Amino acid sequence: MTQFIQLAIQYLPSLLMTAITYTLPLTAISFILGLIFAILTALIRIAKLPSETVAKLIMSVLKTLAAFYVWLFRSTPMIVQLFIVFYGLPNAHINFFANAWVSAITVFSLNTGAYASESVRAAILSVPKVQKEAAESLGMTNRQVYWRVVLPQAARISIPPLSNSLISLLKDTSLASVITIVEMFYLSQQIAAENYKILSMYVLVAMVYALLTTILTVGQHYLERYTSRFTI
Amino acid sequence: MIEVKHIIKQYPEKRALDDVSATFNAHETTVILGPSGSGKSTLLRTLNLLERPTSGTLALNDLTINFEAPIAKKEIFNVRQTFGMVFQEKALFAHLTVLKNIIEGPVQVKKESVAVATKKAEALLERFGMTELAARYPSELSGGQQQRVAIMRALAMQPEYLLLDEPTSALDPELEAQVLHVLKELATQRTSMIVVTHNLGFARQVADHIIFIENGQIGYDGSAEGFFSATDNRIQQFLNAMSF
Repeated sequence: MTQFIQLAIQYLPSLLMTAITYTLPLTAISFILGLIFAILTALIRIAKLPSETVAKLIMSVLKTLAAFYVWLFRSTPMIVQLFIVFYGLPNAHINFFANAWVSAITVFSLNTGAYASESVRAAILSVPKVQKEAAESLGMTNRQVYWRVVLPQAARISIPPLSNSLISLLKDTSLASVITIVEMFYLSQQIAAENYKILSMYVLVAMVYALLTTILTVGQHYLERYTSRFTI
Repeated sequence: MIEVKHIIKQYPEKRALDDVSATFNAHETTVILGPSGSGKSTLLRTLNLLERPTSGTLALNDLTINFEAPIAKKEIFNVRQTFGMVFQEKALFAHLTVLKNIIEGPVQVKKESVAVATKKAEALLERFGMTELAARYPSELSGGQQQRVAIMRALAMQPEYLLLDEPTSALDPELEAQVLHVLKELATQRTSMIVVTHNLGFARQVADHIIFIENGQIGYDGSAEGFFSATDNRIQQFLNAMSF
């Protein structure tokens, strides 16, 4: 136990620094982009087909693409997606993805967006219909109905599932180690390879992940409590 | 005056409105009565285009809408500006305070400045004796208070007509009385109102004009006095059933 405490004192600062400089930015950027993908995908999937022929065709294509995107990212492992984007695409001369950060953020955000789009879609559909009708009866445009009335309320409803997605993403950023990003888990692997304190190092890094996810869980709790009065 | 002619609303399994024609005069309280599922709410919601009938026409001011033809967005906007609507329940915007619920329409739709809309909203809150509730969220109000705020939100748009779709049916008697008191006051001030209700006592007190609908068809369209003294068998049955 004493040895473990000494190990923690020695390596915790560098692990936490790596969390601040790699894990948390990777999580935050990917989550924000993922949320944008999720909202766009959900809105496309629940949109009614317009009656005008060209608009109907465009919307049908968008709906198909949105459904394909969700299916693709939910039906393949994230580690495979990372390998395809980081190792596969540059091999096919798409060099934009040769940068590990670009590849990681692309995969993490698209993956999060695919899963979260279902949470956002469910949340939008669970806003009572009368809220939308009340907005329409005031004369609001369709865009105003969604941005001013439906989405703010869907945001509250989707706090629990989106918090789940955020927590999963934070842990999944450890997969960035396989595409050469020296994030927190990669760093712990490097340290364990040097000092051979394998069990202790991996337990220590697990504790740091648990600490970070606990902070997010507490944040979720307070956010839920704050927004609980926005129900009807 | 608003006029609907030959309105038919056909669902796959049911005809909700069957050749309904009626007029609604300004500065009158029209009460729409009828058994559950008779088409009362469908008729009311047709007026502000929340329901799109299968056929028929709606005429108001200089505008005539033929429901068999496409309706332009501008026409929908103009129709909706004519009416303020109060729903049965849960229609206040849950994420906005009472004050913000009231100014949302004027600011977002009528493009009034926040300062002007707030001033008008504060005057409404004072008129309804609810000034102290301005900063509360709908979840922090009783059902009766919520409905009074919903009435204020509708009035804030300065509509020509107020539509009320069973505004008290989700309330217990004490809270219902609070809302009915407000509606009676509005009726006294000759606010143009079209009300769907099951409350015969309220209809008796405030209605100038009654439309009785049954099975999607109009069974009575005339004065309130005429309705309550009607000898028609079906109206008598309805009045007796609703009295229990």
